[in-house]
Amino acid sequence: MSERHSADLKIRRGGPEGPAQFEHFEFEFEDGQSVLDALRWIRGNRDASLAVRYSCINANACKECVMRIDGRTGYACTTPLRAGEMLIEPLPNKRLIRDLVTDTLPPDERLAEP
Amino acid sequence: MGQYLETDVLIIGAGGAGMYAAISAAEAGAQVLLLDKSVIGRSGATIMAQMTVAAAIGEEEPDDWRFHLKDTITAGRGLVDEPLAEILCRTAPERIWQMEAWGVGWARKGNHITQAHAPGHDRNRCVYVDFLNTGPASSRTLRNQVRRHDSVRRISDLTVTDLVLQDGRAVGAVALHLETGQTVTIAAKATVIATGGLTSMYSRNSASANMGGDGFAMGLRAGAELIDMEFVQFFPIGHLAPRLIGMDPIMWDPFRYKLGGRLLNSAGEEFTQNYGTAEDGKYVVTRDTATYAIYKEVEAGRGSPHGGAWLSFEHIPDADLRAAFGPVIDRLADAGIDLTKMAIEVYPIAHYHMGGLRVDDTLATNVPNLFAAGEAVGGANGANRLSGNAITEAFVFGELAGRSAAAMAQGNAAPDIRDAAKPYLRVIETAAGQTGDGPTPTAAIAALKDLLQQDVGPFRTDEGLTHALDAIAEMTAALPDMPTGARAPFNQQLADWLGLRNMLAVARTIATAARTRTESRGAHQREDYPGLDEAWGYNQVLRLSGDELQLSRGEVRRLAPEEQPS
Repeated sequence: MSERHSADLKIRRGGPEGPAQFEHFEFEFEDGQSVLDALRWIRGNRDASLAVRYSCINANACKECVMRIDGRTGYACTTPLRAGEMLIEPLPNKRLIRDLVTDTLPPDERLAEP
Repeated sequence: MGQYLETDVLIIGAGGAGMYAAISAAEAGAQVLLLDKSVIGRSGATIMAQMTVAAAIGEEEPDDWRFHLKDTITAGRGLVDEPLAEILCRTAPERIWQMEAWGVGWARKGNHITQAHAPGHDRNRCVYVDFLNTGPASSRTLRNQVRRHDSVRRISDLTVTDLVLQDGRAVGAVALHLETGQTVTIAAKATVIATGGLTSMYSRNSASANMGGDGFAMGLRAGAELIDMEFVQFFPIGHLAPRLIGMDPIMWDPFRYKLGGRLLNSAGEEFTQNYGTAEDGKYVVTRDTATYAIYKEVEAGRGSPHGGAWLSFEHIPDADLRAAFGPVIDRLADAGIDLTKMAIEVYPIAHYHMGGLRVDDTLATNVPNLFAAGEAVGGANGANRLSGNAITEAFVFGELAGRSAAAMAQGNAAPDIRDAAKPYLRVIETAAGQTGDGPTPTAAIAALKDLLQQDVGPFRTDEGLTHALDAIAEMTAALPDMPTGARAPFNQQLADWLGLRNMLAVARTIATAARTRTESRGAHQREDYPGLDEAWGYNQVLRLSGDELQLSRGEVRRLAPEEQPS
């Protein structure tokens, strides 16, 4: 059995208005678990209001979970957790919708304004 | 009431089947609206599939679709809807060649397309895209084709919550736009459900998060009949641990088959021989037996640390491993998995669902103007799906459903559904305002998945199924007490509630049909009724009347004797 470690996720919360708010969540993990594993666990067990985009979970096929992790752009599903504090933010160069969700859709696949 | 959209053909779900339907409907001259609750062409099952696609194209060796049909009917253990299976097998080569012409890039050997052997086929029949890239390449090809049609409007992040009925006919749908929380009403002359299957309703699955049976629940509420809902295909040695990203969790099977991987319990002992078969280093344990043996070993407290079995290739020489796994061995190494030094953990996972919407040979349901495509269609695979037929049916049934829906739309006037949509919109509005102190829908979904894995999984008993039905009823009653979060952009808690509402409706159909079928056949295995009972050679059909779920028997549709494959 692999060792358990503790990650302290510092997550950017809220919408585009106002100064950036951060919240901390602790997550116990095993080697190999991903940032997305932690975010999904937080949604199920700590705060269901956390907005984070994903659908394939495991396959790095949907490419939806792209975000900023420790200052670098990456996929939450392929980024391993590490012990200690990890900074989790939305993409800086896309329009922020809420929490970790930004507008990453192709322009011609959006619901147009009425 | 939010936005009001109009179209000829509405397609709900943009995986392989939905995209194929959009293309064929557009080619037939229809205006198409293609929706997905995630991202067009990036969610659903097709893009996740790494393995093969069955079609009798006869490139590797002489073949005929009738042989493919025969294998499909045999795999389905007496319950295959034969006219549907005939359409599947007869039309499959056309679709494979069309995809080839569109540049999917089927793997080739010299001057012909390579066809591999898969279990249950009488010859080499399964095409693929190297390396483990079949699904992603298929999705990319279809996305590119969809984009070529100006008459197809694509909208991502739009969750359809209910079909709208007017005078008993399907006239469109209502949806939630997750980003803004707005509702959207869509008037359509014809509608195609292409939402895939239901395997993400199980805690162990190989699905994307959105395979939660939405289309079955929406169809059911609209009066559509469902068939064969008890048949959920479990894959015996799905990947369990260590965490492995970017690989199909069913990937171990062909390697175990080729190399003779050993299944071991917590004591490092082989155990499948204790459940009726012997392993002699080769892969001889059938899918059902391996699943049963792993379940029982875990139940007896002899499971691996994550609650599965060990799968070991440690006895295989390094060079043989590399020869068999090819570049996969490097991807495993990247994930910290060295098969020469360690075993991995496996467990049965929900992989595919044979049941679904009951359709005729045009893929029309019993609800006028409503069609189904892909895994959402029930019947073509009977009690057990033949390996390789899932992507085939996404292509074949997608193309056919799009064409049928376009033809239907041509004869229909544009409906005005502003009034008819109101009660369906109210469901979303009511849900969005819920502030109860029950569990969050997000947590309740996790609980439901555990319940189904435990009591409605690969091995079933009357006791377990009865317990599941009681628990499903309790959770359904508790739906109004579940908080759906503040009204905010991208409120997934509300999306979870709407998803859970569908999952509970569908879970009830699976457990009800499974409890009634007192035999074991194909993917439906009853511990209290082992063995196939010839008297159960018919389909079970479900429909909703008010809140009452009605179950009836349906004759299995057969081909005329002169049309039977021989």
